[in-house]
Amino acid sequence: MIADPGRPDPDALLARVKREEASVRRGRLKVWLGAAPGVGKTFAMLTSARRRHAQGLETVVGCVETHGRADTASLLRGLEVLPRRAVEYRGTTLQEFDLDAALLRRPALLLVDELAHTNAPGSRFGKRWEDVEALLEAGIDVETTLNVQHVESLVDVVAQITGVQVRETVPDRVLDRAAEIVLVDLPPDALLERLRAGKVYLPDVVRSAEDRFFKKGNLSALRELALRRTAQWVDGQLQTLRREQSIVRTWGTSERILVAVGPSPLSARLVRAAHRTAKGLHAELLAVYVETPASASMSRQQRDRVTENLRLAESLGARTATLQGDDAAAAIIAYSREHDVARIVVGKSGRSRLHELLFGSFPMDVIRNSGDIDVHVVRSAEEPAPGPVAEPVEGDGPPRAIPWAAFGWSAVVVAVASGLAWLSYAPGDLSTEAMVLMLGVVVVSLRFGRWPSFAAAVASAIGFNFLFTEPRFTFEIADPAYVFAFLGMLVVGLTVSTLVGAVREHAEAARQREHENAALSSLVRELVDAPSEEAVASIAVAHLRDLVNGEFAVLLARDGGFPDAGCVVASHGVPDWIGPDELGVARWCVDQGRPAGAGTAHLPGSNALFLPMHARRGRVGVVSFRAALAPRVLSPALRFLVTTFVEQTAAAIERLRLREEQLRDQRIAEAERLRSTLLASVSHDLRTPLTSITGAASTLLDAQVALGPDAERELLEGILQESRRLNELVANLVFATRFEAGEVTLRREWTSVEEVVGAALRRVAPQTSGREVRVDVAADLPLVEADPVLLEQAVYLLLDNAARHTPAATPIVVRSYATDALVAVEVADRGPGVPAPERRRIFERFVRGPKSSGAGLGLAICAAIAKAHGGSIVLAPDTAEGATFRLLLPRPSRGPDAPAESQEPEARP
Amino acid sequence: MTSGRLESPLRVLIVEDEAPIRRFLRTALHARGYQVDEAETLGAARATCTGRPPDVLLLDLGLPDGDGIELVREVRGWSTLPIVVLSARGEEAQKVLALDAGADDYLTKPFGVPELLARMRAALRKRAPKATEMPVAEFLGADGRGFAVDLAKRRCRRVENGVATDVKLTPTEFRLLAVLVHHAGKVLTHTFLLREVWGPNHDGDVAYLRVYMGQLRQKLELEPARPRWLCTEPGVGYRLQVDESP
Repeated sequence: MIADPGRPDPDALLARVKREEASVRRGRLKVWLGAAPGVGKTFAMLTSARRRHAQGLETVVGCVETHGRADTASLLRGLEVLPRRAVEYRGTTLQEFDLDAALLRRPALLLVDELAHTNAPGSRFGKRWEDVEALLEAGIDVETTLNVQHVESLVDVVAQITGVQVRETVPDRVLDRAAEIVLVDLPPDALLERLRAGKVYLPDVVRSAEDRFFKKGNLSALRELALRRTAQWVDGQLQTLRREQSIVRTWGTSERILVAVGPSPLSARLVRAAHRTAKGLHAELLAVYVETPASASMSRQQRDRVTENLRLAESLGARTATLQGDDAAAAIIAYSREHDVARIVVGKSGRSRLHELLFGSFPMDVIRNSGDIDVHVVRSAEEPAPGPVAEPVEGDGPPRAIPWAAFGWSAVVVAVASGLAWLSYAPGDLSTEAMVLMLGVVVVSLRFGRWPSFAAAVASAIGFNFLFTEPRFTFEIADPAYVFAFLGMLVVGLTVSTLVGAVREHAEAARQREHENAALSSLVRELVDAPSEEAVASIAVAHLRDLVNGEFAVLLARDGGFPDAGCVVASHGVPDWIGPDELGVARWCVDQGRPAGAGTAHLPGSNALFLPMHARRGRVGVVSFRAALAPRVLSPALRFLVTTFVEQTAAAIERLRLREEQLRDQRIAEAERLRSTLLASVSHDLRTPLTSITGAASTLLDAQVALGPDAERELLEGILQESRRLNELVANLVFATRFEAGEVTLRREWTSVEEVVGAALRRVAPQTSGREVRVDVAADLPLVEADPVLLEQAVYLLLDNAARHTPAATPIVVRSYATDALVAVEVADRGPGVPAPERRRIFERFVRGPKSSGAGLGLAICAAIAKAHGGSIVLAPDTAEGATFRLLLPRPSRGPDAPAESQEPEARP
Repeated sequence: MTSGRLESPLRVLIVEDEAPIRRFLRTALHARGYQVDEAETLGAARATCTGRPPDVLLLDLGLPDGDGIELVREVRGWSTLPIVVLSARGEEAQKVLALDAGADDYLTKPFGVPELLARMRAALRKRAPKATEMPVAEFLGADGRGFAVDLAKRRCRRVENGVATDVKLTPTEFRLLAVLVHHAGKVLTHTFLLREVWGPNHDGDVAYLRVYMGQLRQKLELEPARPRWLCTEPGVGYRLQVDESP
C-alpha cells in the first residue's frame, strides 16, 4: 500500500482521539523533577500553586513535607490543607496522605509531594504514585515532586554513580504520561552551599550515605540524568506531536528488542538496561524466559526470582513470554526470528573460562547462532547481588527430597549386575564383566534418573576394580591397562548416565508439554460449544482445577459495573473466600489490567491471586485463584499456562458477547427496516381508502350537487367497502405486530376444519359476492388440534387474497382433504397467477402483487399462523392457470376421546 | 321481522366512551324508532340501569373506569334485560367471558347497522316467549330450502322445494338442535351448549360438540362446509342463524 505522506495515519489519529477522550476524564499530572534532594522542588511547586490559587483555581494541598522549614511552611498559608491520616505502625504513628479524603474533596488541583514515597502498610496502595494514578483516574489534576534517582529505569545508573541502591522507585510510564515536567535545576555548587547551610532535609537513605552522595561529581551526573530524562520526555511529547501532525516519520518500523531473563538476581539489571536501550530506540521490549529441562531442578527462590524479573519487565512495559526448549539459546533465537526481533540483550556470564569451554556459555551460544540479529552483552556487576528484588511471599518450601528409594534400588541393581558379572568371571579378558556392570548402570539411568545413575556408575567402576581387576579384592591395580579400563568404565558410565538422564528429562518435559497442550486444546474445544458466559466460566474453572490444585473463581465484569453482586459467575465450591477485600483487589486488577494479589506487586498480602481476563476489546473480568496449600506463587511455566487458559476464557467470553451484540444489531436493523417499510406502506395504504371515503362523503353532503339515487347508492357502497378495507388493514397490522412481539399465543383445541372453512367463507362473503365460490370439503376430515380463531383468520386471508387479486368474474375453489400425514386447505383461483420471480418472496412481509392494496401482510400472516401450528403454506408449483395456495397442517396422531354415544341409536322410531 | 315503530318505543342504553360511535348508534337507532339513552362510563351506566332500567343494553367492554363485564354481572344479579356487548376482533376470550357472565350476544367492531339490528332482535326475542315455545319452529330461506323442528314430537324434517323429508337424529343431536332452536339467532358459547346438552360435567369436551355439530350440519345443511343455518363463531361458539343476511 502506498501511503499518502501528507495524510495522517488513521491509526495514529484514532489513538489520539482515544487519548483525548481519556484525557477528558483523566486529570493532568505535573511533575516537578529535581536532580537531588534540596534543589527546591516543593518550594517551586508551592510558589506556582499559590499563583494559580490567586488566579482563582481551586487548589488544595494533599500532603506537603515542609521538613520544619519556615519559608516552605509560610507558602502553605492561605491554601487548604487536607488533614493527614494517622497510621499506627510498629509502635509509631505515621502521618500519611489521605487518598479517600482527597477523592471525596475533589479539588481542581491537588498538590501531593514526593511521588516516590512508600505508603505505610495497610494503606490502599503500596506506593504514593499509585495514589496519584487513582487521583488522575478520578479526573483530578495533580502536581507532585520527584527526584531523578527514583525513576525506575535509572535506578541502576544512579546506583553506579552514587553507590546508593534506591528502593523507592516510580515506573517510567507514570512520568511518560505526565502532561508537564518541570525541571527544578540548581547548579551543584549552589546545592552544596545550601547543604552546608543546613537548608536541605535528607531522607534516611541518603543521610547514611551523605558523604558519598553529595559529591560535586555525583551531583553533576545526577543533574545531567535529570536533564536527560526531561529531554526524553520532551522528545516523547514531540514524537506524539509529530505523529498527530503527520510530520514525516523519522524512524522506520518500530524495532523490537528481546531481553533474556533468568533466575539470576542480575537479570533485573539486565531488564532495566534493556528497557533503557529500548526507550532510546523507541523500540518494543520483549522479556523472555526459557524453561529448559534443567530448570526443573531450580530452587523455590530461583523460581520466584524468575517471576519477579518477568514482573519487573512487565512493569516497565515489556511484553513477556515463557518459552520451553532444550536449548535456551536456540529457543531465544527461534523466538526472535519469529517475532522479528532486531536486538537481543543477554547478560555476561560470570563463570570461569574452563566452565565455558566444557559446558558452553549461553551468551556465546546466542552470539554464535544470532545471524543478522544484533546481540548486546551487558556486563555483570562486580558487587555482590543485592538479593531478591522483593521479599518472597513466604519462606522456601521444603528442600527437594532425596530419592532414597531410587538410590536403594540402584544399589540393588548394581549388586545384581556385580553378581552376574561374578558368575561369568573368567580371568584374563574382563570385557564381559565390564559389559554386565555397564548394563546395570544403563538400567539404573533409565529407571532412576541422574544422580542415582551417577552413583551407580561410580560404584560399578569401583566394584569392577575391587572384584575383578588383578589383584582382586583390593583397590590396587597391577596392570596399567586396567587403569585405563577402570577410567574408561567410569567415564563411559558417567556419560551414559548423563545422556540417558537427559533423554529421560526430555521425555518428561515433552510429556508435560503434551499434557499441557492436550489440556489447552480440550479447554478450547469445550469453550467453542459453550452456550453462555456461565458455561464458559464453569468450563474454565473445571480445567484450571485440573491444572493447579487450588480454588478458582471467575468474576465477570458486566454492564452494571464491577464488581457487583453477580460478578462471581463460576467457582469451585462456595466462593466464600472472596470477601470485600478480594473484590477490591479484583477491581484493581480489572482497572489496571495487571495481575494482583499473592505473588504480585499489588497487594501481595492477599491470599489469592487475581489474573485479569484480557480480551481484544478490553478486560472482561478476573480469574481468581487461591492455592489449596499455604499461599503460594505459581511457577513461571504454570503461571504462563494459567494465563493462557485465562486468555482463552476471556476470548470465549468476548466471542459470546460479540455474537450477542451481532444478533442484537441484526434484530435492531431488521426491526428498523420493518418499521420504515411499514410506515411507507401503511401511510400509502391508509390514505387510499381514506381519500375515497372523504371524497364520497363530502360529495354526498354537498347540497349543490343533485345526485341520482343510483349515484348516491354507489358512493355509499364505496364508503362501506373502503371502510372494510381499512378495517382489514388495521387488523392485519395489529395482528402482525402482536405476532412479531410474541404476544399471540395459540389456544389449541380440537377444531373442525369444516367449521373453520365455513366461518371464513361467511366472513369473506362481502368480498366474493357475485362470483362463483366452489367448496369441496371431504366429509371424513379429522379434527385437528389448532387455534380455531387463527386458523379461520388464515383461511379468510387466503380467500380474501384470491378475491382481491383475480378478476371479479373468475371462480374461486376451496378444497379441503386429509392424507395420512396432513390436513390441507386449498384455495385456488383462476387469476393471472404469481409471476416466477415473486413466487419465493410472496410469503415475506410487505411483498405484494402489482395491483394489491393491502400492506402485503396477508400471506405473511398466513405463513406465520401455519408455522405456529407446525404446518406450512405453499404456493402449488404446477398450476396451469391461476394460483393455488395450500395451507398444510400436521394430522394429529390420535383423535380426541371420541364421544361415547357417537354410535347411539336414532331418536325416532 | 320486527321493524318500524312499536306502540311504546323500546329504550336502548348505549354504554360507549367514543363519541362518534355513540353518535352513529343514536342516529341509526332513532331512525328505527328506538328511544336512546347514553352513558360514557360504567358509573353513569350503573346509575341509569338502576334508575330507569332500559329494554336493551348496548355495552362496550373497554370503558375508562372499568371492565364492562362487571356491569354484565351486576345487571344479571337482578335483571334479565337483553345485553349486547361491543368488542374488537381478536378478543374472543373476552367475548366468551362476557357471554358466560350473562350477556346475550356480541358485535365485533366495526359492524353495520343491519347486523346490529339483527343482534338486538335476537336478544329481544327472549322477551317474546311465544316465538321459542311454539311447538314447531321452521327455518326456511328465500329459496324455500331449510328445515323444521317439532319440539313437542321430537321430530325434525328437511324442507326442499316445499317437500319435507324426515331426518333421523340421535337423542344427543336432537337435544343439541333443540337448544339451538330455543335460542335461535343468538350466539351460544361452547360451555353453555355443553352444559345444556351433556350436563355440568362435560365442560371441557369441545371435541364432542364439534363432532355433533358436524353431524347436524351433514344432516340439515345443503352444503355442510358452507352452512346457512348452523354457523360457527370461531373461538366463541355456535349460532343458529335466523336472518338471511349476516
